[in-house]
Amino acid sequence: MAKFDLNDDSIVCIVGSGAGGGTLGNELAQRGIKVVILEAGGRYETQDFINDEWESFAQLAWTDMRTTSGSWRIAKDFPNLPAWIVKAVGGSTTHWAGASLRFQEHEFKTRTTYGDLQGANLLDWPITLAELEPYYAKAELKMGVTGTNGIPRLPGNNNYKVLSAGAARLGYKEFHSGNMAINSQPRDGRGSCQQIGFCFQGCKSGAKWSTLVSEIPKGEATGNMEVRPGSMVLKIEHDASGKVTGVVYVDQQGVMQRQKARVVAVAGNSIESPRLLLNSASSKYPDGLANSSGQVGRNYMRHMTGSVYAVFEQPVHMYRGTTMAGIVRDEARHDTKRGFVGGYEMETLSLGLPFMAAFLEPGGWGRPFASAMEDYPNMAGMWLVGEDMPRATNRITLDKTAKDKHGMPVASVHFDDHANDVAMRNHAYQQGRAIYEAVGATRVFNTTPYPSTHNMGTNRMSEKARDGVVNKYGQTHDIKNLFVSDGSQFTSGAACNPTLTIVSLAIRQAETMAGMMQRREI
Amino acid sequence: MKTINKPTELGRRGFLKTSVAAPAAASLAIGVGISPQAAWAQAAQHLSAHEMASLVKMARDIYPHDHLADTHYVTACAGFDAMAADAGKKAMFAKGVADLDAAAKARHGAADYLSIAWEGDRVKLLQAIETSAFFGKVRSTLVVSLYNQKDLWAKFGYEGSSADKGGYINRGFSDIDWLPQA
Ligand SMILES: Cc1cc2nc3c(=O)[nH]c(=O)nc-3n(C[C@H](O)[C@H](O)[C@H](O)COP(=O)(O)OP(=O)(O)OC[C@H]3O[C@@H](n4cnc5c(N)ncnc54)[C@H](O)[C@@H]3O)c2cc1C
Ligand code: SF4
Repeated sequence: MAKFDLNDDSIVCIVGSGAGGGTLGNELAQRGIKVVILEAGGRYETQDFINDEWESFAQLAWTDMRTTSGSWRIAKDFPNLPAWIVKAVGGSTTHWAGASLRFQEHEFKTRTTYGDLQGANLLDWPITLAELEPYYAKAELKMGVTGTNGIPRLPGNNNYKVLSAGAARLGYKEFHSGNMAINSQPRDGRGSCQQIGFCFQGCKSGAKWSTLVSEIPKGEATGNMEVRPGSMVLKIEHDASGKVTGVVYVDQQGVMQRQKARVVAVAGNSIESPRLLLNSASSKYPDGLANSSGQVGRNYMRHMTGSVYAVFEQPVHMYRGTTMAGIVRDEARHDTKRGFVGGYEMETLSLGLPFMAAFLEPGGWGRPFASAMEDYPNMAGMWLVGEDMPRATNRITLDKTAKDKHGMPVASVHFDDHANDVAMRNHAYQQGRAIYEAVGATRVFNTTPYPSTHNMGTNRMSEKARDGVVNKYGQTHDIKNLFVSDGSQFTSGAACNPTLTIVSLAIRQAETMAGMMQRREI
Repeated sequence: MKTINKPTELGRRGFLKTSVAAPAAASLAIGVGISPQAAWAQAAQHLSAHEMASLVKMARDIYPHDHLADTHYVTACAGFDAMAADAGKKAMFAKGVADLDAAAKARHGAADYLSIAWEGDRVKLLQAIETSAFFGKVRSTLVVSLYNQKDLWAKFGYEGSSADKGGYINRGFSDIDWLPQA
């Protein structure tokens, strides 16, 4: 495996090894470009994963301190856990469920389509669906997405059968067992899904795509890529001309290091990426790197989410098999007759008993709660995920007092739902309930959003430098050899899950970056 | 479809099994109930036996599962005694229990929280302190320390780890048989 010198200033240094960083790294390495990926978390392979929710959480989740404010319930229920994301090689793709959907055309043009919504900071993307389509196709092929490229869909589990039976009775038309980056048959050196049901805890059969099992080993095999786990980047440095020159990080032994680089790409997920840019403020860039627009950290999106769990007379055992085992897409359209702009998806979801206790009704107790827990085997569940509005005031900032163990100010996450998010969530709760009642639900729970799993928008793409942080290739408007490569680039969040789009953008970015490097533009 | 025992059946069966296999332990658990005289309460290092017993009673009132034996609640509360090694925590638990006892006297004329007979009456006292740091600490600890006990998962119809058993591909992932036809 490659090892690069700290003073090697010909490399591309990527911060974070998740969906964005891991994919970019492999794509560059395949093109012969030297890459060092610095990953704050440890490296756990397929056999190391644990089929136990809390133990796995302790192994993989990002549990370093964060703070919260705003009117979202998370600030009260989980004040130091605004997001449920991963700190490990592979990033949140170790935890993710695998739902891989393309944005709809209008979702790249939200300002044009939705208009000037009060309290929303809407902006059209600087790219269109047509421009991204070839990269979506590459990403689907790379990830082995079911229902594309002739790959059969996964068989539906009990939870999906309840969802689909209810959806059919309600007259919904577009529902199936999903477009999943999970092998329904052996492919790409990995086996097929064993219906283990711990997709959120790292897939122990390797059937689920992640950068850990796919992009990273492939990149390493080229001899052009080095991944350094346990390496937390604290600062990006620049020279007098303003170009970035490398990063300062704390290595696995706790020693401060400086890695020089020709290009730096930030892919730490949408809370850490702006934190790093803001923490890299200097006399030349007093508001943080790439922040001449003032948009770094703003427009934080987390999707309108919520869950509906329903109890039936007879058992469901929703936890058996794929966690996200199917989807109803009929509500994903933009149709303001429902009282909101944008749309949402309904996807099956299950939690094991320990997480159900923590998340069904945070803070709940007494007989109503206990009896709900006793209904666990007879429960079916779905997750609601829809487009939330970017707002300038929903924002990641550096906490003024709290610091992590390296002395770096922690990220503070402020979030208030937009009225559109609330209207959409209420509609989704009502439709979710209707689906389950159509097949005999006796009790239905509206579960409040979990700590955010989809984090987006905090370094958004824009046509004009004054409206956002990066251009259509994820290159920062202000500094030409500084890129953003994760979901923080999203100009808006769309109804569907984000990762296929993150991966598609990373493939496209690698192509562009390689060209720029070859032409010595960077 | 493959089901696992319903909570009520299992609770009974579990009880029967215990009383046959380990009559001494079972009679101890049942005979004494949640009281400061119980061996587990007496064994507390940092909390008084009365405080320990009150916390276990609180645990039952917060997450009341009639099909679970007291031992699960005792296990769930073990951490409180360990936390009380810290003087601040110890004081919080002591004051929390003392306040509950005072309220029990004032509102119900009872000797203390533990001796209020009806769950509903005890729950009202807990509701009154729901927003306190004491209640918050007890509840947020229990939601993990109770429901994360592997040996009670089956009693809630949850089968736990699955990869070691080959997943559910041949163990009923799609065996639902009662759904109405569309
Ligand atoms: C439970 C769960 C289920 C999900 N299911 C789906 C799904 O079905 N479909 C879907 O599309 N999406 C899903 N997601 C979301 C998906 O995982 C994320 O959108 C995606 O992984 C984000 O990619 P990213 O590159 O932005 O960040 P990540 O994948 O989170 O990677 C960021 C990495 O950067 C590292 N890092 C951060 N800061 C630093 C630093 N300063 N120095 C060094 N390293 C750093 C982190 O440790 C982390 O490993 C799910 C997420 C979760 C948690
Ligand atoms: S259900 Fe399939 S994808 Fe999920 S963990 Fe199991 S084998 Fe992996």
